[in-house]
Amino acid sequence: MKITLKIWRQKDARSKGKFETYKLDNVAPDMSFLEMLDSLNQQLIAEGKSPVAFDHDCREGICGSCGIYINGRPHGNDRKVTTCELRLRKFKDGDTITVEPWRARAFPVVKDLIVDRSAFDKIIQAGGYISVNAGAAQDANAIPVPKHNADVAFDTASCIGCGACVAACKNASAMLFIAAKVTHLAQFPQGRIEAAERVKRMIAKMDELGFGSCTNTRACEAECPKGISISTIAKLNREYFVAKLKD
Amino acid sequence: MSKLNAKIPEGPLADKWTNHKAKLRLVNPANRKKLDIIIVGTGLSGASAASTLGELGYNVKVFCYQDSPRRAHSVAAQGGINATKNYKNDNDSVYRLFYDMLKGGDFRAREANVYRAAEVSNQVIDHYTALGVPFARDYGGLIENRSFGGVQVSRTFYAKGQTGQQCLIGAYSALSRQIAKGTVTMYPRREMMDLVIVEGKARGIIARNLITGEIERHSAHAVILATGGYGTIYYLSTLALNSNGSSAWRAFKQGALFANPSFVQIHPTSIPVLNDHQCKLTLMSESLRNDGRVWVPKQKGDKRNPNDIPEDERDYYLERRYPAFGNLVPRDVASRAAKERCDAGYGVGPTGLSVYLDFRDAINKKGRNAIEDNYGNLFEMYEKITGESPYETPMRIYPAGHYTMGGLWVDYNLMTTIPGLFAIGEANFSDHGANRLGASSLMQTSGDGYFIIPYTIADYLADDIRTPKISVNSPEFENAENGVKERIEKLLSIGGTETATSFHKRLGKIMWDYCGMVRNEEGLKKALIQLDELKEEFWKNLKVPDTANELNQELEKANRVADFLELGKLLVFDALNRRESCGAHFREESQTENGEAKRDDEHFSYVAAWEFAGDGKEPILHKEELKFEFVKLQERSYK
Repeated sequence: MKITLKIWRQKDARSKGKFETYKLDNVAPDMSFLEMLDSLNQQLIAEGKSPVAFDHDCREGICGSCGIYINGRPHGNDRKVTTCELRLRKFKDGDTITVEPWRARAFPVVKDLIVDRSAFDKIIQAGGYISVNAGAAQDANAIPVPKHNADVAFDTASCIGCGACVAACKNASAMLFIAAKVTHLAQFPQGRIEAAERVKRMIAKMDELGFGSCTNTRACEAECPKGISISTIAKLNREYFVAKLKD
Repeated sequence: MSKLNAKIPEGPLADKWTNHKAKLRLVNPANRKKLDIIIVGTGLSGASAASTLGELGYNVKVFCYQDSPRRAHSVAAQGGINATKNYKNDNDSVYRLFYDMLKGGDFRAREANVYRAAEVSNQVIDHYTALGVPFARDYGGLIENRSFGGVQVSRTFYAKGQTGQQCLIGAYSALSRQIAKGTVTMYPRREMMDLVIVEGKARGIIARNLITGEIERHSAHAVILATGGYGTIYYLSTLALNSNGSSAWRAFKQGALFANPSFVQIHPTSIPVLNDHQCKLTLMSESLRNDGRVWVPKQKGDKRNPNDIPEDERDYYLERRYPAFGNLVPRDVASRAAKERCDAGYGVGPTGLSVYLDFRDAINKKGRNAIEDNYGNLFEMYEKITGESPYETPMRIYPAGHYTMGGLWVDYNLMTTIPGLFAIGEANFSDHGANRLGASSLMQTSGDGYFIIPYTIADYLADDIRTPKISVNSPEFENAENGVKERIEKLLSIGGTETATSFHKRLGKIMWDYCGMVRNEEGLKKALIQLDELKEEFWKNLKVPDTANELNQELEKANRVADFLELGKLLVFDALNRRESCGAHFREESQTENGEAKRDDEHFSYVAAWEFAGDGKEPILHKEELKFEFVKLQERSYK
């Protein structure tokens, strides 16, 4: 396959970025998107040029490191995949592909396709946990949890923190990310105890960090590689209103 | 006296840890905040140790190379985490888990350590559950369990095929809580470049800020390495691409002993190599062998569609060779059996290097929904990569480098031979012997972090309560920093033509061919020569673009590959020295008539701990004899 790549190049956070065009003449349909970038980088290094910087690690869709905006969509045009799982068989011979970093005020570009997503860590630090110290827990079966709740907890806890929801959202909102965490922890009896505090602190942190609001366009849900449903945002709103009413 | 004092407590097996804990000294809560602890790595061991030590009130500094602690490679563990709850009433117990692990490791681990790992396993499950880890539950709301290889009880707790991710998110949330409280300071996007030793004690690290390239000095009263394994030495492995052995290797070169480096687990069920561009092999969880049946055609080179091959023309070779355990034999046994069939010409797929893992019978018996419920995400992952649906066509699998049982030598307190330097999780060597059983990794790594290191490190720090903050302005820090800068300069100034990735690929091939699933003396000796040549070439012909003072992923890679080239030799030395087969270490010269691994307890019932003797010199072997007081050594049979 022949592919033309238009890739966002930006030396560091302060520099101005621009698109550069690269041509690859010999890529295979069963290559992953990142393997294509790997091979481009080998070519660039051989030519004495700077390779394209991008975040990646596990290469199996679970660590959440990778995240590239491909032809205007986070993680590209396949359903429920991360960039590392995207295969070139999803493209056609001769395609031109536009490759950009996540674009969001709260995710400043670090270099090329790498952005700073530490805002997500700060939101979790604001309350995305159950307060229990090691050694303080009772037997794991002491509190039965209905299977339905356990399944909902699993589905929402499967968020990998990649940031595709923010990148997809025209408002760069982090609501799906927060909703997933709030919904996850609210499924357990021990998670309910600090539920009100949690949701207020996480939302306040989100606002402080410059993420936008949710206007129900559902782009986040469409692009989430783990298929987390926008209905969790409804649950988040409910948790938030209930918490605020008690203030 | 030998350099190695494992400090195993006296007394009956079941009382050792209890008695030992009672004797460990404590640090007063008021003194804890004056004590600094550095932790490198934020996987399950690093994150669990960090949050727990933070909860106790120590001043903790944590480093990871990723942009967030939540991304460490524990996240990719799939199948589950073991504990001896006996919720299934199938007669499980601490002793039974201990025995399964010890036997699974082919009697090359310490009894006391293994017993302790089993002993704290239940607390680990309790803690994760309290943190909100959504373990699978049945309709009564209680927790479900499943079976894993090498055991005959169901003791594995799981969250679909994402147990590692779910546990890590739990551990990360607890860590985040401590970061918010200020007991833990997080340093993401930092790579440990060297260990700093002051007056014989580990007192800090030199780290590189991966965004700015700045070289930083960080001091502490003690340093914990939670840096995982070195399986990426094979280039193609199931590990994250940036996983590396550099921190452990730096520690080794500073005097920490490295134990059983050649004990590397080759996982039997990975998606096979598809093309030349591939840089990673994706694991398919061992839990699949609960319901999947492994087979190859009985006829050599049978190219028929697997669904067209009738039942009596299929060779379910694991069930045939190991009727007692069948498809659930331990990983090393399953891997070698797959290799044996493929080498004999029965392999399937375009390269002939794969075997089938078939769910047809399980789907017919339990229904598609039940299978989807248990393995849905794994099937999806397989289909994304190969374009084939395991619901319709059997999976094709082949072994791949996965987990390193070897690691830094530690005593019962998890301290290395450098005072004040601890190693936990996969980074140490202590609990899995020559082969790790499935779902024991999450268990051991979490146990180390939550319930062992917090107790044992206090005993060490009790001597340091009067020691003020360690200065970073000492000559030791200065020298270490200069050494790091020189090395970086050297890597950048070679100006050759070959990239670090290319060297890594070549290294991987040498290691896989000669020090992989099967080893022999001739091959290992060949590997030593080839590794020397490759190292020489590396330092003459490496090409690293750009500069030191910026985000430079090629420089990061080059630094790791440089260490791997040396670590590779240590693996080979160890494999050469151990002229027996045990667990994952299979020496062709030492096998039974049926091709099973043949241990030599008379000569090799010891931990091989290697000491750095200087660049270009052969490492020095120290032996820690393994004493088996409580179990009788047996041939490890799964027939």
